Amino acid sequence: MIDDKTRGELREIAARYPEPRSGLLPMLHLVQSVEGRVTPEGIEACAEILGISAADVSGVATFYTMYKRRPVGDYHVGVCTNTLCAVMGGDAIFERLKDHLGVGNDETTEDGRITLEHVECNAACDYAPVMMVNWEFMDNQTPESAVQLVDDLREGNEVRSTRGPRVVTWREAERVLAGFPDDLADEGPAAGPASLVGLGIAREHGWTAPDVRQGEGK
Amino acid sequence: MTDTLTPVLTDNWGDDRSWTLAAYQARGGYRALDKAFAMDPGAVIEEVKDSGLRGRGGAGFPTGMKWGFIPQDNPKPKYLVVNADESEPGTCKDIPLMMASPHTLVEGVIISSYAIRANKAFIYIRGEVLHVIRRVQRAVQEAYEAGHLGRDIHGSGFDLDVVVHAGAGAYICGEETALLEGLEGRRGQPRLRPPFPAVAGLYASPTVINNVESIASVPSIIEHGHQWFASMGTEKSKGFGIFSLSGHVQKPGQYEAPLGITLRTLIELAGGIREGHELKFWTPGGSSTPLLTAEHLDVPLDFEGVGAAGSMLGTRALQIFDDTTCVVRATLRWTEFYKHESCGKCTPCREGTWWLVQTLSALERGQGSEDDLDVLLDQCDNILGRSFCALADGAVSPIASSIQYFRDEYVAHLTDGGCPFDPAASTLFAAEGANA
Repeated sequence: MIDDKTRGELREIAARYPEPRSGLLPMLHLVQSVEGRVTPEGIEACAEILGISAADVSGVATFYTMYKRRPVGDYHVGVCTNTLCAVMGGDAIFERLKDHLGVGNDETTEDGRITLEHVECNAACDYAPVMMVNWEFMDNQTPESAVQLVDDLREGNEVRSTRGPRVVTWREAERVLAGFPDDLADEGPAAGPASLVGLGIAREHGWTAPDVRQGEGK
Repeated sequence: MTDTLTPVLTDNWGDDRSWTLAAYQARGGYRALDKAFAMDPGAVIEEVKDSGLRGRGGAGFPTGMKWGFIPQDNPKPKYLVVNADESEPGTCKDIPLMMASPHTLVEGVIISSYAIRANKAFIYIRGEVLHVIRRVQRAVQEAYEAGHLGRDIHGSGFDLDVVVHAGAGAYICGEETALLEGLEGRRGQPRLRPPFPAVAGLYASPTVINNVESIASVPSIIEHGHQWFASMGTEKSKGFGIFSLSGHVQKPGQYEAPLGITLRTLIELAGGIREGHELKFWTPGGSSTPLLTAEHLDVPLDFEGVGAAGSMLGTRALQIFDDTTCVVRATLRWTEFYKHESCGKCTPCREGTWWLVQTLSALERGQGSEDDLDVLLDQCDNILGRSFCALADGAVSPIASSIQYFRDEYVAHLTDGGCPFDPAASTLFAAEGANA
């Protein structure tokens, strides 16, 4: 339900921008965090606050893939099946998960825990094959690790991103995307191992950018 | 002679809690800010122009020149928009940068905004990277608390507010005018140019849109000077850049090097191609840049070198595929991606990408005849250069280049009545069990 508190927060988002309509994308994220999807009521609320038509808001909500018209489970599980991840094993992982969970693409398990979707490149190709849980990185997966991951999620065991924090629910994640931070920024490492490979080799060889060398008088 | 690798942007990624203000300042972060404030904004633009920095988001347009296009006599507010919508398949440099060192970006945003005289900046981050968004949100908050953002920054009289904006899943929003549409709360569809964003961008006001890595390079240029930056790289492609190696190499990851390094050197550093296999094809700068092969190992990875080899440097997203990979399957999957991501505005792209998928799918299943390859190339011809933005051009790149280099492999699908490759052999886990 879009209550007064939510309406207040929707207005707060719109007020961040020189022109209120710029707030629409984060506002729809907030609607999803409250409603579990983009509902007609949420669309009406955004339209009313921004002074635009519900059709305008609908047009935007249907354009972007992160907005869902059907209820999403507690955990949105994305499997990258763009070329590189697919080739490296993403296709096999996605097949195994469909089979294991008994759902197809963009469907939710009967217990409402997991929505499975194949996703496009998520900018983590050096960790292929990559999965995302509520848009947290799950790097270097195999069909076996993927099954373990969704089982842990269904059983309520704590799951951590391979280079991030403990995984929050999909609704909680959507609230952060709306621009209301939780307190997890300091969890997880600065970088995963692949991000540091080149830096490690440079350190090993004493390779640096020019200024440092001049500074040392070499 | 510069070193083979030159970590600048990646230099602090291994530091303890490198994402925090304390860690960033401990190694001199935000020092370039006072140096910039002591300069005239126009002089900051000149410094960046003289450095030779070219846009790191793919197109390679000179950053300083872009800033210089902002009409300062226009009475409307000026805006800086950071394109952090990293989505080009294979590209994975801005995301780890913002995760490990968001303050490098924030410092760059402040200096760049000062240069173009913008008092409001937006960081548009794709929505599908939750923890990266948290880190940038926190960095902006810390920067406000420390007086690096807000009113009269460091007593300079310069004011700046920064909004962190999460996207909602649309590859097309990496295209700068589609990004502006998204940032204005609309469907992300590209705009016709001219007018260019420098003249009429966000809210029809003068706007600079720069990639994360471009903006993050600015503090180091201001701190060390344009000569320092230009001492790295090649004649027309100056400075350092992050090269992202992925796929069938022993050590995929981020390698920061002067522009002009070769794939041969990078693969050596990465420990070679997967054991027992050899390089088959690769993308120099994401899937929208035409494929290259083992013939091109010694091409200098700069804008001119890759261009002369018939491709584009793009985002330095080096996706490496070995001899177990079916190029037809790879190309079909990329084509499905472009079909899915086409925004629907222009007919050649909206309809054409569907045609491409149909024709390619049939070929991949071994159906049709060799004439269909010409049909496919004809379709490409009717798409390339006929739409508002470069998405459609990108969609035909893998098709045209894979037919150019691997026509025989397409034909083999027809003669074999299907794909001659075992998809299991190309997976990362194949090596452990089944013999790849």
